[in-house]
Amino acid sequence: MSKNWFQGEILHAGDANGPLLVLDEPLSFWGGFDPLTGTILDQHHPQAGETVGDKILALRETRGSAGTPAAIAEAIRRGCGPLAFLLVKPDVNIVTGVSVAAHLYDKKVPVIAILGNEFHQLQFVQTAKISPDGLVTCR
Amino acid sequence: MKPDLHLDDHDQHLLDGGEGPAMQLAMKLVTQAARIMDAERLIDVSFAHIDACFYSGRAHLDFVNYLLAHDAKLSVPSWTNTGLVSLADPSLREDGTIAHEARELMQAYERLGCKPVWTCAPYQLPGRPNLGDHIVGSESNAVTFYNSVIGARTNKYGDFLDVAAALTGRVPDAGLHRDQARRAQLVFSLENIPEFFRREDLFFHLLGHFAGARSGSRIPVFTGLPQSTSEDNLKAISAAIAASGGVALFHAAGITPEAPDLETACQGIDPEDIIPVMPADLIAARKSLSRAPDGVVNMVALGTPHFSYTEFEALTPLLEGRHVAANCKLLITTSRYVRDLIAAKGWQELLEKSGAEIVVDTCSYFSPTLRGMTGRVMTNSAKWAYYAPGMLPVEVTFGSLRECAETAIAGENWRDRALADAKIGAAS
Repeated sequence: MSKNWFQGEILHAGDANGPLLVLDEPLSFWGGFDPLTGTILDQHHPQAGETVGDKILALRETRGSAGTPAAIAEAIRRGCGPLAFLLVKPDVNIVTGVSVAAHLYDKKVPVIAILGNEFHQLQFVQTAKISPDGLVTCR
Repeated sequence: MKPDLHLDDHDQHLLDGGEGPAMQLAMKLVTQAARIMDAERLIDVSFAHIDACFYSGRAHLDFVNYLLAHDAKLSVPSWTNTGLVSLADPSLREDGTIAHEARELMQAYERLGCKPVWTCAPYQLPGRPNLGDHIVGSESNAVTFYNSVIGARTNKYGDFLDVAAALTGRVPDAGLHRDQARRAQLVFSLENIPEFFRREDLFFHLLGHFAGARSGSRIPVFTGLPQSTSEDNLKAISAAIAASGGVALFHAAGITPEAPDLETACQGIDPEDIIPVMPADLIAARKSLSRAPDGVVNMVALGTPHFSYTEFEALTPLLEGRHVAANCKLLITTSRYVRDLIAAKGWQELLEKSGAEIVVDTCSYFSPTLRGMTGRVMTNSAKWAYYAPGMLPVEVTFGSLRECAETAIAGENWRDRALADAKIGAAS
């Protein structure tokens, strides 16, 4: 890849460091995701069966559903949610879920908006580090 | 370059914690959403339909308990969506921690001051919003119905943000609250569909299912819906189009309030695409919704979204004096309000005498499974047929209201010959 870092737009601040899971398709966090275990349930999703816990989750966008924020907050509460979200399309539902989890449980999960070409580069890296200023460093 | 968000004094007062930490959290969620949606200001809403009372985990309960503990106050009339359980019949789902917490959650929203209507079809109750009102919608069929059929304005607000908006009485001035975002971009024309079929209840489910999948994130307008199109028919489109495609607003020329004609719906701008709906499209839609082979049917599920007074009026004569087969159950989900209306008419008694079971407060396609829901299930709802196979251990078959009633009585698939593929495919 051309460079191993990029500056994201902070939708929810925080820091994280860990393995990356890059989703090939958008995901519905309500119905398509089990907040009790952090597992992708949607049988039509190419990464069905994978878990998001202790990973930095990169996805282009979600499939919108009113239940999304609560599913995200519940997964974070149980400790099986992602360490951070990297999104191409800023998503109100994810930020709402993460905010409520931060407020109720004092667990800070950063949400960072990145560009489409940056998302594409993520397919070729294993781990990432997110700094409180929104800097994403890939390794 | 993102626009600046301008807050008025009251918004700022809430955000600064002037009304306590719960109202501060609510305003923080609203302003955060406003920034993501590129709104320049917040606007007042007059009504909210709350989905956060539908339990999916402990976080739901922790959130509302936090609000209650910190003196949160609703700013606008707020009505509840269905709950995971029925408060009227707690034995409906397997009892356990989930059912217990789901009930606690519903009671907490009552304590917060919500009107406990427990329905996904709040638009069937008196006191609904008017054309042009800004409101907070959350459940997908209700969002689409409010926007499309009533002409009230809402985005689809997810859990917590729906409550935050009801507490503050404010939403971002963005998306479907704004005129230009309500323009029809895509036309579905219906002249190739036989006229008789355009009046069948089944047709509207199939049309919604098809159009949702083809619309993507665009706003569609239908041309050629008959003047007889009822609110029940528009409810069917709303539910199906929001399930298969996430469409939060559609227009129907000559039918819905923002579409007196095609040009008005399109705001004078040429649509991007015109799709003639063909009989084959609707036949394929029926096939995709009706996956189970014909044969013995164990349950018929009606009322997604909640069954209306007029739907009960159509169903009751089909069942009067007859009885649901011993191997089959007939389950009808509705609101308390509509149930009370039909009880007063004597229809509830007639239906129950026929073996039907009327369930309020909740919906039947969610896990954990309702008692008795197993095997092969027939529904008249495209939305139910779309979601249930992923959520419940059942096989689904789909039919018209009459097919559902006759199937319940026969205990096996009954098919209406007048609605056969060949009839739909024939020239009108």
